[in-house]
Amino acid sequence: MIDYQPVILPNIPDLHKIDVYEQHGGYAQIRKALGMKPTDVIDIVKASGLRGRGGAAFPTGLKWSFMPQQGDKPSYLCVNGDESEPGSFKDRQIFEFNPHLMIEGILIAGYALRIKAAYIYIRGEYETWVRMVEKAVADAYAKGYAGERMKETFGTDYSVEIYVHRGAGAYICGEESSLMNSIEGKRPYPRVKPPFPAQVGLWDCPTTINNVETIANVPVILEKGADWFKSIGAEKHPGPILYGISGHVNKPGVYELPTGMLLTELIFDVAGGVPGGKKIKMVIPGGSSMPPLRGDALEGIRMDADSLKAAGSAIGTAGIMVMDEDTDLTRILTRITHFYKVESCGQCTPCREGTGWMLKVLNRMLAGEGESKDLDLLHSVAGNIEGNTVCALGDAAAWPVKFAIERFRDEFEAELRQELPRTIVPTVT
Amino acid sequence: MFTEEELQKVQEIRSHYPTNLAAVMGVLHMYQDKAGIVDEKGVAYVAKLIDVPEEHVLGVATFYEMYHQHPTGKYKLQVCTNVSCMLCNSDMVLKTIKDRIGIGIGEMTDDGLFSVHEVECLGSCGTAPVLSLNKQYHENLTPEKINELIDTMKAKG
Ligand SMILES: Cc1cc2nc3c(=O)[nH]c(=O)nc-3n(C[C@H](O)[C@H](O)[C@H](O)COP(=O)(O)O)c2cc1C
Ligand code: SF4
Ligand code: FES
Repeated sequence: MIDYQPVILPNIPDLHKIDVYEQHGGYAQIRKALGMKPTDVIDIVKASGLRGRGGAAFPTGLKWSFMPQQGDKPSYLCVNGDESEPGSFKDRQIFEFNPHLMIEGILIAGYALRIKAAYIYIRGEYETWVRMVEKAVADAYAKGYAGERMKETFGTDYSVEIYVHRGAGAYICGEESSLMNSIEGKRPYPRVKPPFPAQVGLWDCPTTINNVETIANVPVILEKGADWFKSIGAEKHPGPILYGISGHVNKPGVYELPTGMLLTELIFDVAGGVPGGKKIKMVIPGGSSMPPLRGDALEGIRMDADSLKAAGSAIGTAGIMVMDEDTDLTRILTRITHFYKVESCGQCTPCREGTGWMLKVLNRMLAGEGESKDLDLLHSVAGNIEGNTVCALGDAAAWPVKFAIERFRDEFEAELRQELPRTIVPTVT
Repeated sequence: MFTEEELQKVQEIRSHYPTNLAAVMGVLHMYQDKAGIVDEKGVAYVAKLIDVPEEHVLGVATFYEMYHQHPTGKYKLQVCTNVSCMLCNSDMVLKTIKDRIGIGIGEMTDDGLFSVHEVECLGSCGTAPVLSLNKQYHENLTPEKINELIDTMKAKG
């Protein structure tokens, strides 16, 4: 198997404790950054090729370069730890096992972007992890690594405040403009773009939103250099990445490895293959919003933005969900659609009504009363949602339906004819 | 309602933001944790405390899943039934609970001790199936684990 030493989640006992983090070189990279010009820090991140780990794989250095380097208004950073995309469970590992890496990343990003305050947005259900992060932030303050005392500690005039903001159970708050409205204490409806957050963000001030894992990569880039980072994994989408593998695999979990790994290698070698040696029916490669792939056509597909695009899907959060040959696809698609219907904020008609309509049709199919033309109806409703909404939740609801029907029509037809069993065969009893 | 210490906590939350309004979620969490519900009284209390209009607080409180407008059991069993948990048999989780305490999704036991809720992906898919009991995760569930958990809660009362 691949020879790779984890850097985001290294195997160091008690690394979540600030003393241990310091002993292993922690908080040295912010010192290094403070000795550079802010724009030089941005240039290093640009040169590294780091792309966002929150879903859209947007180049991080480019995003940072949209922020004004001066102005009258304060600038803000939001660290997105809403982690509510089904199949995603990776940021939680950083909160638990290496929170100071994220905090140091915030300090470095903060300096590069002249941030006044950073908000770490953590989903409300992660109460246990909120406490862990709050403790880590408090420890960083106590050591003078954050807040006013930074100036003394590092002997410069830069300082940044770090706050933890708890969500309260709403998937939509992971969408960056909804997240900002949530922090502002408004109803978290996504905002129409443009204007973009780098111009008009939190409280109408310049704001950057980055995923937790994206930020955690920043100190690593400073330590090991842009060239090292670029040499890891896929050329155009490089670096370490946290793969979350779940569903029908023998060893589910979060694995830190280079980007661009073969999907088959991840499923069979890393995650130990499918229980009972069964065949794979479907794989969703990056959280439930991403187009599903056929299990009999996984050969050669790599987990990076380009390879997945060519295969007709996307990397999303790199949360890989594996479904074996006995999986009831109608039930899976119904459950996924139920999720988007419940989580739609209701602001746009195509998303609000379309998700409800699709769910109704799918429920009918699930009850054994579906017909072949229902598949065409679903496909057409999905097509009417896609591209016609304020935020990307609309596409996220449409894609699984649209592509599942295009790619698994044979399966759905067989299920409609009731030739296939109606229940999922459990792997755990 | 809030103690002196809690009021200090409210002040601290308020200090994290440039506006009063932004403190609303944190203070609603405090109220929910203490009262177990965010009803009309709660909305009015929080609004007064941070000096923002009641309709604002109501708008926020009703948007989010975790602020409950209706009473729930003392012990909230929130079962994830999303894809990865479904694949790892969340049906079994619901069935085990039903067999043990006789209630299903959206129901509460007569003594008010337990309520069962279906929730979306809890971000714990690698250790599915999962449930959250009063915000504490229980992972890699088996019938034995679930029964043990319920027995412990019953004994505590
Ligand atoms: C409905 C929806 C939910 C999202 N949820 C998350 C999330 O939980 N975490 C996250 O980092 N990004 C999420 N995103 C993506 C964010 O909008 C944003 O692109 C991301 O946080 C940017 O960070 P990055 O550039 O570092 O990836 C979501 C997007 C949508 C449309
Ligand atoms: S697409 Fe859906 S979730 Fe997004 S703003 Fe429109 S209604 Fe809300
Ligand atoms: S699907 Fe249940 S925790 Fe993710």
